[in-house]
Amino acid sequence: MPRSNESYPGEPEIKSVTEFAMTRRRLLLGTAATIALTSVQTAARAQSDTAGDPTILKVTFTVNGAARQLTLDTRTTLLDALREHLSLTGPKKGCDHGQCGACTVIVNGRRINACLSLAVMHEGDSITTIEGLGTPQTLHPMQAAFVKHDGYQCGYCTPGQICSAVAVLGEIKAGIPSHVTTDLAAQPAINDAEIRERMSGNICRCGAYSNILEAITEVAGREA
Amino acid sequence: MKSFTYERASTPAAAAAAASRRRGTKFIAGGTNLLDLMKLEIETPLHLIDVNGLALDKIEPMPDGGLRIGALVRNTDLAADQRVRQDYAVLSRALVAGASGQLRNKATTAGNLLQRTRCPYFYDTNQPCNKRQPGSGCAAIGGFSRSLAVIGASETCIATHPSDMAVAMRVLDATVETVRPDGETRRIPLADFYRLPAGTPHLETVLENGELITSVALPKPPGGRHVYHKVRDRASYAFALVSVALILQPDGDGRVALGGVAPRPWRVEAAEAELPHGAKAVAAALLAGAKPTEENAFKLPLTERTLGAALIEARA
Repeated sequence: MPRSNESYPGEPEIKSVTEFAMTRRRLLLGTAATIALTSVQTAARAQSDTAGDPTILKVTFTVNGAARQLTLDTRTTLLDALREHLSLTGPKKGCDHGQCGACTVIVNGRRINACLSLAVMHEGDSITTIEGLGTPQTLHPMQAAFVKHDGYQCGYCTPGQICSAVAVLGEIKAGIPSHVTTDLAAQPAINDAEIRERMSGNICRCGAYSNILEAITEVAGREA
Repeated sequence: MKSFTYERASTPAAAAAAASRRRGTKFIAGGTNLLDLMKLEIETPLHLIDVNGLALDKIEPMPDGGLRIGALVRNTDLAADQRVRQDYAVLSRALVAGASGQLRNKATTAGNLLQRTRCPYFYDTNQPCNKRQPGSGCAAIGGFSRSLAVIGASETCIATHPSDMAVAMRVLDATVETVRPDGETRRIPLADFYRLPAGTPHLETVLENGELITSVALPKPPGGRHVYHKVRDRASYAFALVSVALILQPDGDGRVALGGVAPRPWRVEAAEAELPHGAKAVAAALLAGAKPTEENAFKLPLTERTLGAALIEARA
C-alpha cells in the first residue's frame, strides 16, 4: 500500500498547495470535458430518431462587460454556454428545470433562470454573472454582506442567491409589486416578508435563509 | 433534448405561415415551460420560431376603454403596469401569486395562457398519459391525484390548467387575439379558448395549426373590489390547490372564477347570482356535478372556504 506522500503511477507529483489547487482545477475541467463528450455522444444517438443533425449557430452577447461570440448547438442553454463554453462556473446547475434558482444570472438588468433559456436567444444581450458583480479583492456589497452574515453553508446556491438578491432590491426600487405587497398603489416596502417572498425562487438546501435575509436587509438599509 | 432548427420571426403573419408549413414547429417566447418540457422530451419540436423580436410587448389603451396586452408582455411587466394595478388589480394579484421572480421576468402573456399541465403523470414519461401520448391511458386516475381536477375532467384525463393569470383573465372577460397562417386575424373570448378534455385531452385550445396569439384584450375596467386568493402547499412558489379570482361590486353583485380545480379556469356565470347568499351557495353552484377522487375530495370544502375568505377580503 503506497504511503500517503507517494504518487500513483501516471499521477502528477504535487509539490505545493498552489499546484494542488491548479491540478484540481485541471481535473475538474477534464471531468467537464468528459461530460461534454458524453453529451455529444448522447446527442449523436438522439439524431437517429429525430432524423435531424444538430443545428449549429453563432451568437454574440456581452458577458460581464466583455463581448463574446460563440458557435453553439441550438440546444445549448445560456447556463451551459456560460459554464461549459466560457468557463464561468459561478452560475450553478442545480435542478436544471427552473425550480431551484442556483443558475440565476442578470440579463439586461433582470434576473432569470439561465437553465431555462437558450443561448441563441440572447443575441445582443448583456449578461452579468456572479463573476461580474465583484471580485475576491473588490466584493460587491451583497457579496460582502453574505460573507459577513454567513449567508450560506455549502455555498452551492450562493451565486444564484446573490444575483437574485441584487436584482430583488432593484425590483423593489422600481416599484414592482409582490404577492405580499399590501397596497398595489403604493411603493413596495423593504421588510422581511417582501424579501422572503421575492427570494422564494432561490432554494437553499442547507437552510441558510435567516442569514441570507439578514445580509439582504443590511444592503437594502444601506442603499435606502 | 432532441435537436431542432431555429429561426427568428420577422412578422406575426410570417411566423404563423412558417409554422403551418413545417411539421413539428413550435413558437418560443419566454421558454420557461417549453424548454423544461423539451429537456424531458415531453415536447420534441423539430423547429423553433423565436417570436421575441416581434413588437408585441406593449400594453395599450383601446378605444372602448379597455386595455390591449401584447402577447410578449412579460408577467413582471404586466403585474407592475400602473393601469393594471389600478383597474384590473385581480390580474396583478394573480400574476404575482404565480411562479418566481426569475420566471415572471421571462414568462410572457401568451406563453402563460399556453403553459401545459403540471400533472405528475404528464411529466413522468414512464407512465401512460393521454395528454402526452394520446390513447396510452391515464395513470392519474386511480393514482396520486391530490392536486388534480375535480370538475370538467373526463375518463381520459383529470389534469388541471396551472395558470393563475388565466383565472384572473377569465373573470375579466378577456379576449385572445390571434393571426392565422393566411394572415387573417380573429378574436376568441377566453371563455371559448380552452377545450375540455373529453376524449381528446391532447387538444387543449381552439388554436389552429400555426395560429399565433398576438395580444389579449381586456374590456373596460369592471370596477368593484378585486381579490385573488390562492391556497397552496407552500407559502410561495407553488401551484394552486384552489384559487379564487373575485370581483365584487358595492351592491353585492360580482364575478368569480376558480383555479386549480379544472382543466381550464373555471367560471360558471349562473353561480354568480348566488354571491349575495354567501360562499356555500356560490361553491355549490360552481362545483355542481363535480367528480372528485378520494384524494382530492378535500378541494370541495377548500373551495367553499377559500371563497369565504375572498368574500371577507372583498367586503373589508
